[in-house]
Amino acid sequence: MRIAAPAFRASGRGGRTAFEGEAVRRLLQRVGLGARRDELEAARAVGFDATLVRLLSPPGRDAGAAATQPPTFAPAGPRAGKNDPEARAEQRREAALQSRRLGVWWLDRMAAADEPFPERMAWFWHGHFATSAQKVRHPQLMSAQNETLRRLGRGDFRALARAMVVDPAMLVWLDGGGNRVGRPNENLAREFMELFTLGVGNYTEDDVRQAARALTGWRVDRRTLAARLDPAAHDPGPKTVLGTTAEYDAAGLSDLLVTRPASPRFLAGRVWRRFVSDTPPDPATLDALVAAYGPAHDITAMVRAAVTSPAFGDPSSVLVRQPVEWLVGALRALRLPASRMRETALAGGLRDLGQTPFFPPDVGGWPAGPAWLSTAAALSRLRTARALSGAADLSPVTDEPVRGRVEATAALLGLPGFTARTTAALAPLARRPPDLVAAALASPENTVSA
Amino acid sequence: MNTLTRRRFLAFSGMATAAAAATSAGWMELADRARTDPLPPGAPVLVLVTLYGGNDGLNTVVPAADPAYHSARPDLAYDQGEVLDLGEGLGLNPGLPGLKGQWDRGTLAIVRGVSYPKPDRSHFRSMDIWQTADPVGPSSTGWIGRWLDANGRDPLAAVSLEPVLPPLLAGAATTGAALPLRGLALPRGELGTAFAAMGSGDGGEPALQATAARSIADLHRTVDTFGSALGDTTGSAGKGSDALAAQLEVVARCVELGAPSRVYSVSLGGFDTHADERDTQQRLLSEVDAAVSGFLTRMTGTDRGRQVVVTVYSEFGRRVAANANEGTDHGTAGPVLVAGDGVRGGFVGEQPSLTDLDDGDLKATTDFRDVYATLLTRVLGADPEPVLGPGRTELPLFTAA
Repeated sequence: MRIAAPAFRASGRGGRTAFEGEAVRRLLQRVGLGARRDELEAARAVGFDATLVRLLSPPGRDAGAAATQPPTFAPAGPRAGKNDPEARAEQRREAALQSRRLGVWWLDRMAAADEPFPERMAWFWHGHFATSAQKVRHPQLMSAQNETLRRLGRGDFRALARAMVVDPAMLVWLDGGGNRVGRPNENLAREFMELFTLGVGNYTEDDVRQAARALTGWRVDRRTLAARLDPAAHDPGPKTVLGTTAEYDAAGLSDLLVTRPASPRFLAGRVWRRFVSDTPPDPATLDALVAAYGPAHDITAMVRAAVTSPAFGDPSSVLVRQPVEWLVGALRALRLPASRMRETALAGGLRDLGQTPFFPPDVGGWPAGPAWLSTAAALSRLRTARALSGAADLSPVTDEPVRGRVEATAALLGLPGFTARTTAALAPLARRPPDLVAAALASPENTVSA
Repeated sequence: MNTLTRRRFLAFSGMATAAAAATSAGWMELADRARTDPLPPGAPVLVLVTLYGGNDGLNTVVPAADPAYHSARPDLAYDQGEVLDLGEGLGLNPGLPGLKGQWDRGTLAIVRGVSYPKPDRSHFRSMDIWQTADPVGPSSTGWIGRWLDANGRDPLAAVSLEPVLPPLLAGAATTGAALPLRGLALPRGELGTAFAAMGSGDGGEPALQATAARSIADLHRTVDTFGSALGDTTGSAGKGSDALAAQLEVVARCVELGAPSRVYSVSLGGFDTHADERDTQQRLLSEVDAAVSGFLTRMTGTDRGRQVVVTVYSEFGRRVAANANEGTDHGTAGPVLVAGDGVRGGFVGEQPSLTDLDDGDLKATTDFRDVYATLLTRVLGADPEPVLGPGRTELPLFTAA
């Protein structure tokens, strides 16, 4: 059952095959954030190519996104001093609470967006430029970074990298704000090379030290929370990075790293792992992704190349859905606003599953693949699934006669169907739709993107 | 809760019976195993405490008597009067009074200068090296995972208290189980039956989907085995739900119950202290101290507990000199702490020099794989060679057998 793009392209524009239907479903799961039922039917009707064009180049205004505006935050008051630990602790708690609320808003937005690709890419980049409110402690900065990822996350990677290297939340997160001439702080420089642009092994320890000099002098203003360069703290001298010498500043260093040959190959690996498969691409496919990205550093073109490669349609290119993707997929399928669930069920579920937006475990972001398939996660998934099915309108299932409900549940969740094992397990629940839908959400079939 | 009470056993075996109706797995047999075939009281247990972020070893086991230490990091350094004196010019961070108590009892060993050849300063690469025990790598299996593969392939033999599995528990054929911190109550009735049934295999499904199904099956085995130990942990967690103390609370219950696990993995993050290090690190070390020494004290109360060995490590230490933000950047060697009633207290290995440096970094004096080989041999009773390869040296971490 090969569903590779070329195979169904060969079938001609007139004839839509079952294979193409499967590829469209995969596309909506991975490039979108999961299909709502009528969306899958509509996408299957127009086919893979048209669905991809529509996803990557959304036409016009998005009513769903417009209806879910991000929360606004009061301007930051003065920080409590070191000699007032209780006030400091209270400020920390309040900031963490606001950042968690911001996370619930984002889930709402991801579920509500009629055009999911901008949110999908903001989510991808949040895992890439992973920044945690645990340390940043300003929900305003987390929100502003999120907006930057949304705004720049589908275009020229060079512009995105330049924005991130002096992004205020990033400067706080990786101590860039304390990096000054004479005694550099290497944290931001190292992670910028290792995790954001080049990948480990493509630079030396000396490169890290030199790059740190280029990033000296940036500060986050305590009052306005804006990033600014303090020329007195910046090291203007020549730096030798990756064999080239110049008076690099933050933008110059960022451009140098982004334009190194290792950078697009590193990014292609990241895109591949999140959109296609845990198995790395073969050399020719990797070259194709790099070529599509090209001199314009075109992120969307790279994603397009990944999902139109033959491997995207291969039945073995299965991904484990990250908890947020699993949850957003469920919210979209059930047409359930995140804010309609009890906040404790939602936040607690994600915490137990190990993935809270705006709180990645560290700068490396979240894992991919079977690390999510722990025994503890299986239990948390079922618990969260019960909260989801309990809050949702299940009429697409309840309106069906009992004997058709397992099939209706698969359709509701945008699944092609269940294995014989799961069908047999679900059948006795047909008279209890909330349990039926909960079990289906927690099923192995819905835990992965097959 | 030291024993599996009859009431609790009946509670979870009732659930198991419902599950058995839907699958061919012998749930009653598995439940029986926790009751009739618990871990022998004399079997040692290893608790691995991973500190993520690169804990600054020089401010953990502090060379406070060395002038080179003070001149390299004047704003960060602890004075001799501040640290908890261990002798040989070294002292423990003032945040570690409980571990100092272990040292005084002779049950804490400090392995000094631990790292591996050609140290890598990437958090992720270095932690990968520590967890896979493969400095050349990349390797897809963890050292405990390989031990599982070579010793009966029982996922319950090594258990994580973290929601996401650490690589150290992944073997080629076996992966350790993960216990949730907030209880193991499965739904009952028809939903419970359906969920259990989704754990069986279905020939022809994709590999990752089969892994997802297996995690459901392993969950049910885990509930059968640990359910009573975890039944009432909800709300017992410390300040943070995944705080180290909460994780070790669950480990303590499991050990006291006689759960058939030989290895537990727990962790604490936040040690990436590039700025304002002194306060941050001391606060984190205090958290480690309260959790670990509280756990060790509790463990001395039972026969099973006295077999427990705790090992604390991080992916690297920090550079000797401070940076401009009263923090330190990524470095190399650091200390590994090994504690427990059977441990021979004292220093093991040489303290790295603060003047004979490798480009600003400490030179390692002990290979971390020798620590692992010693733990495999003396705690897990296993041959280290299938796990670590040949040529490892046993360290004098334990009293004579």
